[in-house]
Amino acid sequence: MSAAIVEARGVHKYFGGLHVLKGVDLAVRERELVFVIGPSGSGKSTLLRCLNRLEEPSDGSITVDGIDMLDRRTDINKARQRIGMVFQSFNLYPHMTALGNVALALRRVQGMSRAAAEARARQALERVHLADRAGHYPGQLSGGQQQRVAIARAIALEPRVMLFDEPTSALDPELVGGVLQAMRELRESGMTMVVVSHEMGFARAAADRVVFMDGGRIVEEGPPEAIFGNPQQERTRAFIGQIERH
Amino acid sequence: MTNWDRFLDSFFNARVAAEYLPKIIEGFWLTILLAACIILAGVAAGLALAVLRSLGIRVLNWAIIFVVDLFRALPPLVIIALLYFGLPAAGLSLSGFAAAWLALSLVLMAFTEEIFWAGITAVPKGQWEAARSTGLGFLDTFTLVVLPQAVRMVIPPLTNRTIAITKGTALASVVAVQEILGAAQAGVSFSFNPTPLTLGAVAYLVLFLPVVILGRWVETRFAWKR
Repeated sequence: MSAAIVEARGVHKYFGGLHVLKGVDLAVRERELVFVIGPSGSGKSTLLRCLNRLEEPSDGSITVDGIDMLDRRTDINKARQRIGMVFQSFNLYPHMTALGNVALALRRVQGMSRAAAEARARQALERVHLADRAGHYPGQLSGGQQQRVAIARAIALEPRVMLFDEPTSALDPELVGGVLQAMRELRESGMTMVVVSHEMGFARAAADRVVFMDGGRIVEEGPPEAIFGNPQQERTRAFIGQIERH
Repeated sequence: MTNWDRFLDSFFNARVAAEYLPKIIEGFWLTILLAACIILAGVAAGLALAVLRSLGIRVLNWAIIFVVDLFRALPPLVIIALLYFGLPAAGLSLSGFAAAWLALSLVLMAFTEEIFWAGITAVPKGQWEAARSTGLGFLDTFTLVVLPQAVRMVIPPLTNRTIAITKGTALASVVAVQEILGAAQAGVSFSFNPTPLTLGAVAYLVLFLPVVILGRWVETRFAWKR
């Protein structure tokens, strides 16, 4: 079993007086796919956003690939290149083509020439099967295609870990499959992934470990068959029950 | 002489028109020069203020908001008068052209700052987050991701405001600048006939109609491909 590549310890997060994360410990091993589930408001997205410091944790420690994310001396822009993130609302840059979206950080952050960045960007688009859409603007792509471009934008930087924040929640049902397929292929390539999502079928099939959060705490975690098939905690059972009924 | 003849003689007098057309044309070019200087300085200064404001330095933002509200509240004519008639008392004389340019540039700056600021804040937070999550810094995110979207969004109100302010160049006639209106009014005084004002109105149309149409074109040109 390899060492943890993501390690969060005792993470607290307050939004004003609201205590959203109440001491969360999460360790993710290399090549592991951890699935985070829980009711809305349970803090799962906040936890994910703390991992790359889009949210500043109020307390605790976070280490990613050996880098102390909360150390003031850490070059956060450099650290973030190792952590790809995919958002619920895609967040593609609407004034750039798919290729431009993927190439931007390669050029500006990794300092590649335009030609090198675009070549790498094309490879990334090929990995999500969108090479033929390189010249399209986000507004000309379906939601599913946009999300796959967003995945390409993240993996082009060759991150050590990928964070997915409800990647399919904003998609029409018929577009979900393509995004899950891209995630599955990413997983098969050995990417370490932390996924916040309600796609329980995908969790059963692909996750190594499922983490159930409620009220800002991790209530229960384990392999998907244990969490879905035989949850130990009452709250987990209630949540799984609710999900299964749908 | 019927009323109709009198009307034609007053507003469409060919002899007066021929005599004062060259002055109006001179005024036309002066208006363009003044307007161009105002747009350049006003939009650039307004954008600069909006950029400074996004840095989020509180004291600086208070100062920016104070200046912006000041120049949005004051009538442009009052500012022109203050600069032209008031500054000499402080030992600083501005030409009518300079006073009008400075006053209208300050007003345009104030409105442009608000417009750009509105555009910048209207760019979804997710755009910042996406860019920052790929390791782009604040400055790159702002200039390459946020600002281009903000600028596209504000092209329509910016065009409108720019046209409105540049029409204010007519106020410069008050401080003896022989732009279109100044030249027309001088013509009226000399000829005792309002025809130069008609010429002036036509000159404004010739000047601003293309600008309005150009504004439309710019709006469509900058729209995102959908």
